[in-house]
Amino acid sequence: MFIYYMKLAIKSIRRNIWLSSLMVLAVALGIGACMTTITVNYMMSANPIPHKSDQLFYVQLDNWGPHFPFNDENEPPDQVTWRDANNLMQHDRFKQVAMGTSGGVIESDNREIKPFMAGIRLTYTTFFNLFEPPFLYGGPWQPTADKNSEQVVVLSKKTNQQVFGGENSVGRTLTIAGNRFRVVGVLDDYEPIPRFYDVTTGAFQSPEDVFMPLTLKLPLELGSSGNNSCWKDPDGDGFEGFLMSECINYQFWVQLDNAAEQEQYMSFLNAYVEEQKALGRFPRPLNNRISSVMEWMEIQEVVADDAQIMMWLAALFLLVCLLNTVGLLLSKYATRTADIALRRAIGAPKQAIFSQYITESALIGIIGGVLGLVLALAGIEAVKSMYGDFVSEHVAIDLTMVTVAIALAVISSVLAGCYPAYKACSVPPATQLRNQ
Amino acid sequence: MSNLELGPIMRALLRNKVGAMLIALQIAVTMTIIVNAVFIIVERKSMMERESGLDEANTFYLTTTGFGNDFESKRVTREDLDLIRSTPGVVDAIQVNAIPMSGSGWSMGLTTTPGDEVESVGTANYMVDDHALNTYDAALVAGENFSFSDIRFRERNQSDWPDVAIITQALAKSLFPELSVDEVVGKTVYIGDNEPMIVKGIIDKLQAPWVGWNNLDHVTLTPEWMAFPSMRYLIRTEPGMRDTLMTSLEQTLANQYPNRIIRNVETITSTRDASYRQHSAMIKILTVTMVLLTLITALGIIGLASFNVNRRRKQIGTRRALGASKSAIIRYFMVENLIISLFGIVLGVGLTIGLNFMLIEWFAVKALDWYYIPAGVVLLFNVGQLAAFGPAFRAAKISPALATRTI
Repeated sequence: MFIYYMKLAIKSIRRNIWLSSLMVLAVALGIGACMTTITVNYMMSANPIPHKSDQLFYVQLDNWGPHFPFNDENEPPDQVTWRDANNLMQHDRFKQVAMGTSGGVIESDNREIKPFMAGIRLTYTTFFNLFEPPFLYGGPWQPTADKNSEQVVVLSKKTNQQVFGGENSVGRTLTIAGNRFRVVGVLDDYEPIPRFYDVTTGAFQSPEDVFMPLTLKLPLELGSSGNNSCWKDPDGDGFEGFLMSECINYQFWVQLDNAAEQEQYMSFLNAYVEEQKALGRFPRPLNNRISSVMEWMEIQEVVADDAQIMMWLAALFLLVCLLNTVGLLLSKYATRTADIALRRAIGAPKQAIFSQYITESALIGIIGGVLGLVLALAGIEAVKSMYGDFVSEHVAIDLTMVTVAIALAVISSVLAGCYPAYKACSVPPATQLRNQ
Repeated sequence: MSNLELGPIMRALLRNKVGAMLIALQIAVTMTIIVNAVFIIVERKSMMERESGLDEANTFYLTTTGFGNDFESKRVTREDLDLIRSTPGVVDAIQVNAIPMSGSGWSMGLTTTPGDEVESVGTANYMVDDHALNTYDAALVAGENFSFSDIRFRERNQSDWPDVAIITQALAKSLFPELSVDEVVGKTVYIGDNEPMIVKGIIDKLQAPWVGWNNLDHVTLTPEWMAFPSMRYLIRTEPGMRDTLMTSLEQTLANQYPNRIIRNVETITSTRDASYRQHSAMIKILTVTMVLLTLITALGIIGLASFNVNRRRKQIGTRRALGASKSAIIRYFMVENLIISLFGIVLGVGLTIGLNFMLIEWFAVKALDWYYIPAGVVLLFNVGQLAAFGPAFRAAKISPALATRTI
């Protein structure tokens, strides 16, 4: 029976080819617009580390000044000070990691390779344990390297390619920011989207070119990049004076596997701040916070407003397209009342008429959906060329999106077809025949 | 008015309520999207048109990063500046820590009295020398430019500030709302709560590095060169010379010292494009959406009107045979569309305001200016009438003889 309805539907679509094309086009445009914007939003709100995003927590401490909060809503500052990062890292019974960014020129021993500027992530070996970036060669540095400020480095795949031609470079040396470093590991491709472990300078950036112990910052006087905010001027002078100030420039994470651990960690943080208060720091009321990965992405508003506005407008756009389709289907089926009346008169049940017309709507939906997917692909290309940044480079339609698109198209056109099909099957059998 | 035939039209419409309602709804939603989209577009456009103050078409910048322990940044800075400034085609150049509109820079809080109890006014900080005003294409509106003796070297870990500063007119207004620019010259402002600086001059216009910042026009210039291994040069050229000089100066500077990298050679034009790319993309996307939407709605109106015309061929023929003129037939369908549009537009006004409220609530969108609503009303009425005209015109061509035939 379904095959027969399908044949009828194809026949009917071909009979009113202009009207049918208009409906298919409307569905396709609506689906295309929706899928393009949904894909962008889907990518921006992706969970970058799904298997443990509920166990990783971003740590915030309120070290801000007595008179004004860090921002209007009295949120704790979005980064921590050098001093707090170091103090907290002393407590190694917790799986914590502190980090910051720097930059430096990389010089290869091979003179033919031109020196180049590299982004540096200064961190602890726990970084690799908590965030699990994949290694191509070697592995993380030893915890002793953090304690003794050893000049060891983990390279990104790209940096290893640039400096060592992609060979296994573990054990080899290179110069970074004027100092000699020994390679202990090389990462494989690693592009968490968003780059959740540090979103303070934008959520959609590539990971850094090299990773090295944060404890090297002071002895090697490595400069600071990223956002550096202070509520008062440093008390001391020179590099160390600046480090020991109330300026925030470091990110801090902790892995907590269950609610009990979370509670325990919060009381540890509060006790730490109380202890610092006794030393004359932290003039504000207690305002510490831990946020899981997805909570932190929410707080930092990683999904851009524009992307969301466009998604809502696209949904309204689809609504207009569907209203349009309902109107056109109604008109189309209304011209067929004679047909329907005849079929009803010779014994077709209402249900059969309904099935026939809903099949036709669904067929229009499927064609519209497929065409909509093509339009969405074009739309995504357009988004890429217009934005041309890291976000758009990673926007792509995957299988989930294809399924969603087709499902959305079929469901919405079947819904749109319901009323016209209902109207069609309520044509009384006899009245229409009389006039013929 | 009597021959607008409102009665018969209304009765006919009521017989096909759903069809008419669908079109009315479509018009309402279309209006909602279009009015809000146009409003967003206009707002983004005016945001993009804000002037940076620079001679944008003829300015570029580059970063030089020295490495190795024997890199003498002070000597290199002096020699570089001499070299760049004496290059034919260069109007002027400065060493500077940050570039307007580029997205990264340095900001501080300024107050008019010392102490941390006073709320400060945010400003971007540019560290420059006495060539800054000429390089920035900035005009002095009060006070005077830095003199050569004002300029000092800032060492890598130095955190104090020079004794004098030049600020923008907008910053002067925010700091001293009740004083004229001439009165602000010579005043003391405090940077980072406690450190005094005397305002030496005031310039007309210059933008901070962050285009989304609400203090975009707040800029403080301080007279200093930076003895940092990594630094930027901002270079203003004579018209038409920018692109040639970009390549030749990059080469010259790179050859000057082997142990440094010249990178990020960028024009101000491309920096502006990059910073506003999100907004120009939004404008393009919304424009395409509006055009497609209007098209679809118009096609929907045409479809429904054609359907009505086809269904009533016999009645139209009869009316014509009974003496109705062609224009009366056209008028019938135009008025029918007008009535449907009216319902749609009334609903549309409500929905438009509703969506605007939602956008205000959830996103950083401002309240709609009132005149967008009547503009939207006029637009949608016109779209409806234009779309209805084709089918109405075809209806008028139906021959009166049709009435005599049975279909």
